[in-house]
Amino acid sequence: MMKDSDLPVTVDELHAYVDGELPADRRAAVEAWLATHPDDAARVADWRLQADAIRARYADVAQQPIPPKLQLDRMSYASRPWKVAAAAAVVAAFLLGSLAGWMARDTAGDAPNAFEWLTAQALNAHKVYAVEVRHPVEVAAADAEHLQQWLSKRVGHPLRAPNLEAEGLRLVGGRLLPTPTGAAAAFFMYENASGERFTLYCARTKTPNTGMHYNSADKAGAIYWVDSNIAYVISGASERKQLWKVARAAYEQIEPRVSQGERGS
Amino acid sequence: MSGFQEGVQLAIPALRRYARALTHDADLADDLVQDTLVRALRSQHLFHGGELRSWLYTILTNLNRNRLRSLARRPTITAIGDNDAPDASGPEAGGRDIERALATLVDDQRTALLLVVLEGLSYREVAEVQGVPIGTVMSRVARARLQIRAHLENDRPMLRRVK
Repeated sequence: MMKDSDLPVTVDELHAYVDGELPADRRAAVEAWLATHPDDAARVADWRLQADAIRARYADVAQQPIPPKLQLDRMSYASRPWKVAAAAAVVAAFLLGSLAGWMARDTAGDAPNAFEWLTAQALNAHKVYAVEVRHPVEVAAADAEHLQQWLSKRVGHPLRAPNLEAEGLRLVGGRLLPTPTGAAAAFFMYENASGERFTLYCARTKTPNTGMHYNSADKAGAIYWVDSNIAYVISGASERKQLWKVARAAYEQIEPRVSQGERGS
Repeated sequence: MSGFQEGVQLAIPALRRYARALTHDADLADDLVQDTLVRALRSQHLFHGGELRSWLYTILTNLNRNRLRSLARRPTITAIGDNDAPDASGPEAGGRDIERALATLVDDQRTALLLVVLEGLSYREVAEVQGVPIGTVMSRVARARLQIRAHLENDRPMLRRVK
C-alpha cells in the first residue's frame, strides 16, 4: 500500500510548504522531493526570497510610534468628515443581520408583493420629489452624517448613502418616507451635473435576498433588490442602461459581507 | 479600556503595516486604518467573539477594495513611493523592486499574498477575510508569486534564483 509520503508533490503543496500550511506528515516527503528536483527547489527558494523582501520592506512600519490620530483614547467614534470619508469610499451601507429577528414583525404580510408595491411606492416618491425645486429633501447632504444616523434610527437598520460620485452623481440629501405597511423608509436623492435626479429608497422587508429586478411606471424606471432584509429601489427617469449602471454602483457598495460582526445571523 | 479595545489597540501596528503595503502611501494607509478603527469601535456590540484580528483585517480589506473601486472609474496617476520617502534609500535595495512588483498585482492577489506572507494569517483565515474558499486563496497566492517573479525578471533581476 502506498503511504502518504510516497505521493508525488504538487505545486499547491510547495506553496503550503513555504507558508507553513503543510500537514506534518507531508513535510518529509516534500523535503525529499526538493532534494531531487532542483527546479522546484529553486521555485521554493524564490518564493521565500519574495516573502523576505516583502517583510523587510514593511517591517519598520509596525515599529513606528502610533500617530495621535490612530490612538483609540483620542479617537472620537464619529467618522472623518463626510467629504473625506466619501473620497476614501467609506460609504458602504452597514447591514446588520442580527436585527433580523424582530425586524420581521412589522413587515409581516409584505412577502408576496414586496417587489410590486415597494417599487410602486419608490416610483411614486421619485415622481413627487425628484421634480421638487425648493424642497427636494428634508435634510441636505451637508448634514449627511446626521441624515444617515436619523434615517438609520427610524428604519431600525444602519444605513449609509452610497457614494455615486463615480457615476457623476452627488448626494442632494434625504428624507423619511412611509412604507406601504406603515413602517419607516429611508429615501436618498442624487443629482448629476445636468440636474437629472436618481433616488434610493430603502425599507426593511422579510423577503429573502433577490437579484436586481426592473420595474417602471410612466417615464420613470426602478431597479429593486433585497439584501439582508433591506429592500433597495433605485429610481430614475433616464434610459435603462444608465439606471442599471447606477444601481450596480450602489449595489457594489452595499455589501452584506462587510465584516464578520455584521454578517447575518 | 475594555478587553475589546485593548485587542484593537494591540492590532494597530500590524494594521498600519498591512495598509501601507496595500497602498504604498503612508497618509492613505493611516486613513484606512483610522476608518477601520472607527468602524470596529462602532460595531463593537456586534462582535461576538471569534478572531478579532481577522475581523479587523476584513474591515480594512473591504474598505480598501471600495476605495479601489471608486478610483477605478477615474484616470489616476500612480506615483509609487512619493509619499513614502523616508526609507527610499534604505539598506535593502530590493525594497523598491518588491514594492513595484506588488503594485502590478491584481488587488485580490496582492491582498491574499500580503495577508499570508506579511501578516502571517493562515489560508483559512484569509479565506474568511476575502470571503472565498481556501482553494481560491491558494490560487491567488500562487498567481501573485508568479506575477512577482515575472515582474522582477523583466524589470531588474534583483532577487536572483538561488542555485
